[in-house]
Amino acid sequence: MARPVSEKVLWSLVEQYYDVLPERLRRELYEKILEAGLTKSEAVEVIEEAVRRYKASLVAPGEAVGMVAAQSLGEPATQMTLRTFHFAGVRELNVTLGLPRMIEIVDVRREPSTPIMEIYLEPELAKDEKAALRIASEIELTTVENVTRSVMLDYYEYAVVLELDPDVMENRGVTLDDVVKALNRVKGRRGRVEVQGENTVVVYLGVEDIPKLRRLHDRILQLRIKGIKGIRHAIVKPVRDDEGNIVEYMIMTEGSNLQAVLSLEGIDPERTTTNNILEVYEVLGIEAARAAIIEEIKKVLDEHGLDVDYRHIMMVADTMTYTGKVRQVGRHGVAGEKSSVLARASFEVTVKNLVEAAMRGEEDPLRGVIENIIVGNKPVPIGTGAVKLKMRYEFPVAVANKGGEE
Amino acid sequence: MSASEPSEMKVIGGIKFGVLSPDMMRKLSVMEVTTSELYDEEGFPVPGGVMDRRLGSVEPGVRCATCGNTSINCPGHFGHIELARPVIHPEFAPYIANILKATCNTCGRLKLPEEKIKSAREKMYKLGKHWVMLKYKYAQTLIKEASKVTTCPHCGAQQYKIKFDKPYTFYEQRDDGVHRLTPEEIRERLERIPDEDLELLGLNPKEARPEWMVLRVLLVVPPSVRPSITLESGDRSEDDLTHKLVDIVRVNQRLRENLESGAPNLIIDDLWNLLQYHVATYFDNELPGIPPARHRSGRPLRTLAQRLKGKEGRFRGSLAGKRVDFSARTVISPDPNISINEVGVPIEIAKILSVPEKVTYWNIERLKKFVLNGPEKWPGANYIVRPDGGRIDLRFAKNREEIVETLKPGYIVERHLIDGDIVLFNRQPSLHRMSIMAHIVKVLPYKTFRLNLLVTVPYNADFDGDEMNLHVPQGEEARAEARTLMLVQEHILTPRYGGPIIGGIHDYITGAYLLTRKDSVFDKGQAMRLLFEAKYDGELPEPAVLKPGPYWTGKQLVSVFLPKDLDYVGRAAVAPPVGRCDEEECGNDGYVLIKRGRLLLGVFDKQAIGAEKPETVLHEIVKEYGSDMGREIMDTMFKMFVAYLDMHGLTMGIDTIEIPEAAIHDIEEVLREAEERVKELIKDYEEGRLQATPGKTRRETLEDLIMNVLADARTRAGEIASQYLGMTNHAVIMAKTGARGSMLNLTQMAAVVGQQSVRGKRVERGYSGRTLPHFSVGDLMPEARGFVYSSFRKGLKPTEFFFHAISGREGLVDTAVRTAQSGYMYRRLQNAMQDFYVSYDGSVRTSEGFVIQLRYGEDGVDPARSDHGRAVNVDKLIKRVLALRGER
Repeated sequence: MARPVSEKVLWSLVEQYYDVLPERLRRELYEKILEAGLTKSEAVEVIEEAVRRYKASLVAPGEAVGMVAAQSLGEPATQMTLRTFHFAGVRELNVTLGLPRMIEIVDVRREPSTPIMEIYLEPELAKDEKAALRIASEIELTTVENVTRSVMLDYYEYAVVLELDPDVMENRGVTLDDVVKALNRVKGRRGRVEVQGENTVVVYLGVEDIPKLRRLHDRILQLRIKGIKGIRHAIVKPVRDDEGNIVEYMIMTEGSNLQAVLSLEGIDPERTTTNNILEVYEVLGIEAARAAIIEEIKKVLDEHGLDVDYRHIMMVADTMTYTGKVRQVGRHGVAGEKSSVLARASFEVTVKNLVEAAMRGEEDPLRGVIENIIVGNKPVPIGTGAVKLKMRYEFPVAVANKGGEE
Repeated sequence: MSASEPSEMKVIGGIKFGVLSPDMMRKLSVMEVTTSELYDEEGFPVPGGVMDRRLGSVEPGVRCATCGNTSINCPGHFGHIELARPVIHPEFAPYIANILKATCNTCGRLKLPEEKIKSAREKMYKLGKHWVMLKYKYAQTLIKEASKVTTCPHCGAQQYKIKFDKPYTFYEQRDDGVHRLTPEEIRERLERIPDEDLELLGLNPKEARPEWMVLRVLLVVPPSVRPSITLESGDRSEDDLTHKLVDIVRVNQRLRENLESGAPNLIIDDLWNLLQYHVATYFDNELPGIPPARHRSGRPLRTLAQRLKGKEGRFRGSLAGKRVDFSARTVISPDPNISINEVGVPIEIAKILSVPEKVTYWNIERLKKFVLNGPEKWPGANYIVRPDGGRIDLRFAKNREEIVETLKPGYIVERHLIDGDIVLFNRQPSLHRMSIMAHIVKVLPYKTFRLNLLVTVPYNADFDGDEMNLHVPQGEEARAEARTLMLVQEHILTPRYGGPIIGGIHDYITGAYLLTRKDSVFDKGQAMRLLFEAKYDGELPEPAVLKPGPYWTGKQLVSVFLPKDLDYVGRAAVAPPVGRCDEEECGNDGYVLIKRGRLLLGVFDKQAIGAEKPETVLHEIVKEYGSDMGREIMDTMFKMFVAYLDMHGLTMGIDTIEIPEAAIHDIEEVLREAEERVKELIKDYEEGRLQATPGKTRRETLEDLIMNVLADARTRAGEIASQYLGMTNHAVIMAKTGARGSMLNLTQMAAVVGQQSVRGKRVERGYSGRTLPHFSVGDLMPEARGFVYSSFRKGLKPTEFFFHAISGREGLVDTAVRTAQSGYMYRRLQNAMQDFYVSYDGSVRTSEGFVIQLRYGEDGVDPARSDHGRAVNVDKLIKRVLALRGER
């Protein structure tokens, strides 16, 4: 009698709530009921209870969800430690976490204080440590400065004399030829590039001008021999499963350049990430930037063991991205671009906002929270202030008269 | 408020901003200010001065010469000063510079070709409809473009480079040299710009013609916004703005006289500049590039801009945050005997705070008693408001018996706060909505606010001198909202993660653990006593032990309070973190099993009843049975926990953290080994054998390794100490149950304090090459770099004590800096998101109507009503159905 409900029947049972329950919940119901092997009547019972509970857990219209989200992130922020540097999975790399990182995210800094990329490899290469090491050394930015032991300025010959470090060169997979090739590219050089002996390269300026020689010196040291601009350091790290077996190898980098890395051969562009949100926005677009913001905030909170509902984090990410551009939370972004004069003036740069409003002849329709607090003549249009109470109240006549006679 | 009908009240629909034209200013003004004198010899305001009676009455009793009202009702009236020569309004100066640069010096047109102007106008119109801020951004790009033009496309006149010298000087780079533009010339140029072109510059010509930014007339603000203070000595002290206005009038008069007498240009220009300076500082006394105007004492004047700006300014200080009546503040102290919903209010406060109650047929007798008691005797009343609005102050009423007789329905009695009233209770910083909750008043003797210990968590309060604020809602609507939405029990579950934020802490947890432990059995007397403490008035359950007995177990006593159909499976905090934990076996009785409302296995600790812990027994109860049940449990069962703790006793002394001599030796051995290891590392480093990890220097690598060795040593020392500190140890009970403290704290007390750090590194600073003169230069051994070998029980050596103090101070500084930073971040988040609300279609919108999310949180679920973030806990539902299966 107690026959488990069939897949087909269960599917139709669940799917009749297609426009009521969210997809994730429907899928969960379907999978878990099937797994538990409930009968049809039991399944119906579970599904109906789920629908009832889902409806009971919906937000009330008018709820000040933005404020709740701000509080849910602002309150735990006071519990975070200030200076948190933490290992990003490998001992060599540090990441900023905690409050400074949080501020960095909502500020939308051009570059985070510790830019990090996580580069995954294509499935065919993922298990190959050698391939990973090869790619890592390929992307690591090597400048002339990195491979030189000493630099001298020859003011007589107007030349820069570089003494290279063969050990480092081998380490980084750079040959003398590479260096010479790179040096041939340097701007402002008119003379030759000459190799003297095994490890010495002389670059002649070709003009007798000392300031120019100095400039050439600086330029040479910053010259890129190989690698990707911005990637200061790359480390191969094994990814382990729960039992400690190596599943694959990945590359973690200090410094970030998403566009260049994504166009590399052999990497898995779908799993490769950076913690530089603006870069994600520029390379992958606004939806990706939103996801990156959520991801980064989540990382900070998890690190401190702070429990914050995902919806609040989404709210912050949406606040920053809903216009189609990543905007800072602050006076140069969301708060500064509000249409209400009073809201802007009460946040920061009061006088400037008032003066500009006067010139533009702006009108504040008093629709936001702070505007109505300032004016103070009607409830704030949120929560219970968003609805109006209408009641036709008839005073009980008999009692009223009786009361009057007393 | 209740007296007037809503329809009678006018509501401000909007506020328009603009620039006043000289004509408008003259119309607004009731008089021209012509003399810099304030008062005559008798002390009366001089007519035509800046304190003229016509500008409004400030002194009580004096009638205003313009409107005839007394000081309370007179709003104040503007005057004006006719400036002898025009001056630049300093706040508009940068914008004037932009306009001058973008327009032609001869014909006044925007220096862009006609076609461009036409297309730009269309674009601006389109942007203006929905994206007003973008319109102004576009105007900026137009200004930039027009500024580059050197020949006017309209009249062909040659354009010169305009140089703006902050804060209010303009120069023109002509062929024959640099010319200074006088405000007069500037005004003439601005006047020439046609309205249509101004729109493209982002100006609204109806509200703000640019020539109005060059002042010919200056408004004089009424004395009501710059009242003078009469000192005790009888001297008058004038407001900063008055001082500034006097300066302006004085210089203006002198300039006028000199102009009329045909003084040399040099003198005229000097005076003109001085007038410009005074007018500029009247608006803003923090302008860059000019010295601030100062008071005689040297204090900079606080002029118009300073009044608006910043935290204590008009906007943030007076408009966004207002001072309120019907509030009280005092020290808080604990009272475990009141409900979590209640707050103890001192009688003295209850006699001052009042609730307006309308007299009706039903409450007249009760209110009469209050009136009879008067303001001195609680419960009494402070005021009576007659239907005509007249107020009777009962403090001065001679015979209250007579007044009582006049009381009729329709009157309002402002009675004292009494038991059962609803009030709002708040502790700063108000970081989340649980920082302001509604409590039910319980009037108590003594002078502190009393609150239940369980609600200290959402307020983040303790009783070391904390003060809290209390507010009494005055309207029926406000009280209804407070009661249904803000009451403490409605906030047991936090919207931050959908779990209980109010729950057991400290002694409640230890008490619960001791009570539910396997060895807790009670005879009838003890069982009755415990249940009585928890206000239980039902039957005793069947005793678990009949012989010898009857005896009841602690688990049975707890079960009495649990809902009869509660099922729960969980793992206690005391359960070992790894290893088996199921019905048959679990360390420390850590497998919690509740079936049909009976606690069968396991102990209650932080993982069962703790605050700020989701997915606990408490969470389950509140979630499944509602907030009333949650409050009930916390007002009854939780009281039993502390009551039992009273019976059982819980102490901690020096002997609690004492470990045997042998253990101390073992620990010393571990530390000695670690020291050896460090010595080897240092030797490796010094002899160059130590390899650097990539990306780090050898020295950093050494530090890393040493820190690892020492951290490991402390862990091992802790483990040794832990062997001698078992679950019978009160300190261990507190740590393991999650009541207070951690095993690390105990390790530090019993075994070794460990490494002290500064900025995450070992202590390095101090003298050159060493931390203290007690060590030799370059000593890298643990002892010399902040490792504390002693335990707190043993006591710290002087050097160790010093290192510990360094580390401790860093912590304090860190906290101070952090609160400022996180506070600012919170303020910004708040400002960015405060206008978002869920609209009736389920989308999240801003007050401007922009859609932030199409469906809140993508599934429309309120985290506060969710089960730890999930709308429905499917596993729970299935488990329940499966459990019912057997019974069908």
